[in-house]
Amino acid sequence: MMLVILALLIWVVATAGNVWLANSVYAHSRTIKLLVPAIFGLTLLVMWELIVRGLEISFVILPPPSMIASRFASSIPILWADFVQTFLKGALSGYIIGCGAAFVLAVIVDRYDFLRRGLLPVGNFMAALPIVGTAPILVMWFGFDWQSKAAVVVVMVFFPVLVNTVAGLRDTSDMQRDLMRTYGASYSQTLIKLRIPAAMPFIFNGLKIATTLALIGAIVAEFFGSPTVGMGFRISTSVGQLALDMVWAEIVVAAIAGSAFYGAIALIEKGVTFWHPSQRT
Amino acid sequence: MGCVQGMMMRKALQQSLVPVLAVIAVIVAIWYIACVPMNSAWTAQQLERSGGTMTVTEHIADTWSQERPRLPSPHQVGAELWKSTIAMKPSSKRSLIYHGKITLTATMLGFAIGTGLGILLAVGIVHSRAMDMSVMPWAIVSQTIPIIAIAPMIIVVLYSIGVQGTLPKAIISAYLSFFPVVVGMVKGLRSPDAMQLDLLQTYHASKSQSFWKLRLPASMPYLFTSLKIGVAASLVGAIVGELPTGAVRGLGARLLSGSYYGQTVQIWSALFAAALLAAALVAIISLIERIVLKRMGVAA
Repeated sequence: MMLVILALLIWVVATAGNVWLANSVYAHSRTIKLLVPAIFGLTLLVMWELIVRGLEISFVILPPPSMIASRFASSIPILWADFVQTFLKGALSGYIIGCGAAFVLAVIVDRYDFLRRGLLPVGNFMAALPIVGTAPILVMWFGFDWQSKAAVVVVMVFFPVLVNTVAGLRDTSDMQRDLMRTYGASYSQTLIKLRIPAAMPFIFNGLKIATTLALIGAIVAEFFGSPTVGMGFRISTSVGQLALDMVWAEIVVAAIAGSAFYGAIALIEKGVTFWHPSQRT
Repeated sequence: MGCVQGMMMRKALQQSLVPVLAVIAVIVAIWYIACVPMNSAWTAQQLERSGGTMTVTEHIADTWSQERPRLPSPHQVGAELWKSTIAMKPSSKRSLIYHGKITLTATMLGFAIGTGLGILLAVGIVHSRAMDMSVMPWAIVSQTIPIIAIAPMIIVVLYSIGVQGTLPKAIISAYLSFFPVVVGMVKGLRSPDAMQLDLLQTYHASKSQSFWKLRLPASMPYLFTSLKIGVAASLVGAIVGELPTGAVRGLGARLLSGSYYGQTVQIWSALFAAALLAAALVAIISLIERIVLKRMGVAA
């Protein structure tokens, strides 16, 4: 019981501290902007630890963060192998193929107005569907190894990227296109020098949405069958063995991989679309 | 903005009906053609076993009507869909309406919980700087991580403490629809510009008055956009929530049992049922959006 009271005490102190920091004169400085969420996150972790121990909740049902951390540290080789299988082999290769194919199709679709008007609504419709459901079919076709995971990822990332790229390729004003025409620019010159650069913010929007989808696709596809390695495989078997600390460790890996993937794409975006108003600070 | 969007959408719809139908026709045609190489190995094998012969047309026709094809043809999926929805009693264990209803209940319950909590949190974030600074970065980061990975654990943990059935799936659905709603709603509640907020201040409006009369109405377009994303995410959550425990009821369970027993037609029809359900849910929200925005005078 003491631990629970301690947890509540820490909560009150940390919240008061955050309120004070957020309303202080330095609230707009970079340090405070990072410090406040960090304090909040840490408080949650500490409270989790203390409450689980204080209320004597079974570690099997809800392992405390310290146990998850030690499990993480002790099984890095397994986690790394799972990461390679699911992320590098499944998600990343599918991501590259899917985004590449969507980009190529978008350029073709953009060229023909009939195709654009026909494919765009279909693409928009498909982007809203529960495409993870194709996982059992694709696992059946491509086998249990990473190829089938990559295939699921291809289907999942394809439509968001397609729709965003097509929208982006239309995002030039008449004036800009007229200017290219007065220069006597050919279709491909206009495309490469004006329209693709102008489409970049849209394309990256699609690419960023696709990062999360890629990981989801690769993990969920492993629930339908996989070799004895991979993040989705580890999660489903560890859940079966009630080794929830392992599941949490795997979730930590997924969280790190997901945000790092997103961050990497966001960094590339920053470099490519430095001219766009949203990137100016 | 909504008005222009609505008009553009309607115009685009009229203009694009023919191209859309053409694209769909091409997709169906490709599907039929793809069935031939996908399924012909099985047909050839059967033929070899029975020792008979077949003309090319017969061979192709056979690839479109196998019982367990690698790729079922469109009419097989359509027939199975018809058989398991309209022609079957909804109470039957093989009816997709029966399974769809189970998934839909979890989806709607989760969607309601997730949206409600999301809106509440967004209101808190907009009104408290401390909350904004501590919670918002996490809400944004959480959108970049595959939170669906925790689905199996939620199911098993809740099962072990005696909670099962709809609620665990609904929690996963709620979790998935929660963050899009928070992020969209915060954006929406912040969308009134400084001039509008100043105007209300000159009217001496209280905080709650400026919330109910300005911020909340202004947030509606944003809210509906995130609701559409959220409801699709909820459905995915409910379906995935049915996978890990080997559930026997629900669309996800149909997908899983289909994949265990190689019943491809069943997988495809469950998939299409899920797609139709998703499309219907999004369409309903779009309809509500149009009615609400029209009443508010935003859309024509």
